[in-house]
Amino acid sequence: MKPQSRRSFLTSSLLAGGGLLLSFRGLTKSPEVPSPKNAPSTHFELTGYIQISSDNSITLFCPNPEFGQNVMTSLPMIVAEELEVDWESIQVNMGPHDAVKLGPQFTGGSNSVRMYWRPLREAGATALYLLKEAAAQTWGVPMAEIQAQKGVLSHVKGFRASYGNMAEKAAQLPIPTKLTLKKPHDFSIVRQSKKNVAGKKIVTGQPLFGIDYQTDGMLIAMIEHPPAFGLTLNSFDASQALKMPGILDVFRFTLYPTDFEQAGFDTRTFNEGVAIVGKTTWEVMNARKKLRTQWEPVGDVQETMNVRGTKRQVKIPGRSETSAQQMELLKSPQNKQVLRKDGEPEKAFQEAAFVLERTYHAPFLAHNCMEPMNFFAHVQQDKALVAGPLQAPGWAEPTLAKILGLPPEKIEIQMTRMGGGFGRRAYAQYMYEAALISQKINAPVKLIYTREDDMTYGIYRPMYTATYRAALDNQKQLIGFHVIGGGIPENPIHANRFPAGAVDNYLAEGFEIPSNVTIGAFRAPRSNFNAAAEQSFLDELAEMMGQDPMEFRISLLKQAKAQPIGKNNEYDPDRYLGVLELLKEKSGWGKPEHEGKNRGLAAYFCHASYAGHVVDMVTRDGQPYVESVTSVVDCGVVVNPDAARNMVQGAVVDGIGQSFYGELTLENGVPQQSNFHNYRMIRHAEAPKKIDVYFVENDIDPTGLGEPPFPPVFGAIANALYKTQGKRFYQQPFLGEQNQEKS
Amino acid sequence: MNTEINYFYLETFLNMAKYTINVNGISRRMDVDPATPILWILRDHLKLSGTKYGCGMAMCGACTIHLNGSAVRSCQIPISAVGKQKIVTIEGLSSAGDHPVQQAWIDIDVAQCGYCQSGQIMSAVALLKENPTPTEEDIEQAMSGNICRCGTYLRIKEAIQLAAKSNTSKK
Repeated sequence: MKPQSRRSFLTSSLLAGGGLLLSFRGLTKSPEVPSPKNAPSTHFELTGYIQISSDNSITLFCPNPEFGQNVMTSLPMIVAEELEVDWESIQVNMGPHDAVKLGPQFTGGSNSVRMYWRPLREAGATALYLLKEAAAQTWGVPMAEIQAQKGVLSHVKGFRASYGNMAEKAAQLPIPTKLTLKKPHDFSIVRQSKKNVAGKKIVTGQPLFGIDYQTDGMLIAMIEHPPAFGLTLNSFDASQALKMPGILDVFRFTLYPTDFEQAGFDTRTFNEGVAIVGKTTWEVMNARKKLRTQWEPVGDVQETMNVRGTKRQVKIPGRSETSAQQMELLKSPQNKQVLRKDGEPEKAFQEAAFVLERTYHAPFLAHNCMEPMNFFAHVQQDKALVAGPLQAPGWAEPTLAKILGLPPEKIEIQMTRMGGGFGRRAYAQYMYEAALISQKINAPVKLIYTREDDMTYGIYRPMYTATYRAALDNQKQLIGFHVIGGGIPENPIHANRFPAGAVDNYLAEGFEIPSNVTIGAFRAPRSNFNAAAEQSFLDELAEMMGQDPMEFRISLLKQAKAQPIGKNNEYDPDRYLGVLELLKEKSGWGKPEHEGKNRGLAAYFCHASYAGHVVDMVTRDGQPYVESVTSVVDCGVVVNPDAARNMVQGAVVDGIGQSFYGELTLENGVPQQSNFHNYRMIRHAEAPKKIDVYFVENDIDPTGLGEPPFPPVFGAIANALYKTQGKRFYQQPFLGEQNQEKS
Repeated sequence: MNTEINYFYLETFLNMAKYTINVNGISRRMDVDPATPILWILRDHLKLSGTKYGCGMAMCGACTIHLNGSAVRSCQIPISAVGKQKIVTIEGLSSAGDHPVQQAWIDIDVAQCGYCQSGQIMSAVALLKENPTPTEEDIEQAMSGNICRCGTYLRIKEAIQLAAKSNTSKK
């Protein structure tokens, strides 16, 4: 299909009370991946809308669900910039789920600002154009002479009008075919720090989250899932549970009918469960203890996946898995596939004078969003309302429609604020469960997972391994590089990332081990392991080559820039180098005042952005402690700098916690961690005293931010641990033996 | 799930009982199971959902409230244990949402997802009441019972320091 200008999808309409409603008729295909540099606007889908009422109240709607990445503030800032309104006077609301008007509405992949940058700017500029045109016609002056500032239109002859005055007329004008967007140096809202628009609601405890949802006659539901991967429900006895106070119903349910074709994100761990429905949470929790259940092995399961029309059968083994056995499987690669090969890597290793080979491991991780999974549903005969925390409503809606037997247009999905997401809430099985329960009992119901349900349900960060090998000649120069990565159940390797492109002879391979332990995206999927392994390996390699780890990386990137090896290199060596150079400067790397410090360095590229950290580690009370961190990120234009710094600081703290303590293990299919007494999360006293964040300043269209600073934390920690303890750490969690917190 | 509260509950669940509790300065009459944790009284019965459920075992601090001014985990306090003690929740901290600690949270723009922040604020207010000029270490220790997966700990500390400063300068 020929790319069309987005403006041909813009529509304006008249509000009931007079006023302008600007919306967008979006395509429903997925966005193409934007090129690393400024991408043409036709690469993006359509989004968002602006409402200007005749009383001059201006409302901007946020298209994407909010899970702490601050899109409720940053996305409307982009519209406001081009619209020339007073930021303090506008209202910001969460938009409804409407794929036609608002585009993909997907929160994940560090995509929100990246995907909506151009469309939202064009939205603001289009509205402003129409308002100016309306004023020009009213006043009989050329449009080019009209000024717009803070929601007021004016002309040197003394004409003045608010946007609201002109909104009705503007709504009746044709959409412009040409637009001029502001130059970055003229930005007055974007690049200025603006406070979180939900800040006051958060600190006063307003009901913002899915778990806070209330409606008249609403019941509470919980689900008893099998206690182990590989089990399913045989039978249950609810007679005692039903006698408990406040309990209305206990029943068995099936999530997907036989032969159901699951879409890409229809991951579920168990297809059968027992729902307990009652009046209050406490009553349901107690009745649940009286429920008697019999479980049985589910055996091998065949699932049919239908991902955008491509069907495939997935066989899920029925065995009961144990972490130690899984580790053994990861040590013996089967069915490995070549992912990329440049030059003659085998020959380089044959001829090598020195070879460095190291193997890295990382465990399953539970997302542990502070708000456990939950969803409200009210399913009636001919329509359904569902409301709750969800990252990708557009992906979940077709499946929900199918399992409820309702047309999608009869389903309303309301997106609440999410108490964390980190990838977990892209998998909507808990929403489907809530809807099925509501349909069965014919009443509004809120499904709540306990922390234990949430942590033991699966959809974890996969378990990974990678073996890195480097071949050096007798001058200790790097002549060959080889990585083989595997995972349960997915291979982690990004074959086209650094150091691919910087080494003449390069080989990347991957393998996968099927499992019934369900996995899902976890803040910077795959990258969060690769950055740990690769960046540790490069550190050790630099040491073997007698080079400074910073200078070693810089020299490799300069090679990749001067003479890139191979095709499809994903990264831009210039931006990568820019991050390292700034990190070197800001951290004072190599300066005498930092001599003797235990410093760890890592930098990584993912989600089209570049991030690096230098961590300073000390030993405190016999434990490694990260005292301070210098972070540098190149994510193009930074829309809301203070909020962006907050997110980078958070990624650093999260990364320290996950790399030190994060671990979900299994015995005979049973998760061994179930709550925060045995799944250790980083706490206040363990966070660094100082995290200084710097952004590379440029005018590149925004690239990702929520994920990119997270992966390199793991590598920087590993490298600082080596300095602190004199030994290399190859296995996460780095402080695994201390994971049992006293409760 | 096997907390002491739950065992206590098993023995007493048939005895619904009447309680009058004081929440945010208002007397509330309840007829409930004596073992019902205050967390669920607030969230399900009184529709005060600012107090969050995070773990149900006093490990995460999301449900922190004040009982006679002290920070407690409301998931572990059965209604039968409250008596005449005054409960204050995040909704009752100030009438206009302008308690110095709330204001400091806004000024520093602490929140990311925001889910844990009610509990963080309640812990911070109790800390400053006990210790109006806490050191960094005092803050770290007092706040280590409240988990934030978004990792906002540095800003939490900064906001507490700001609130302490604004309290001191007023005196």
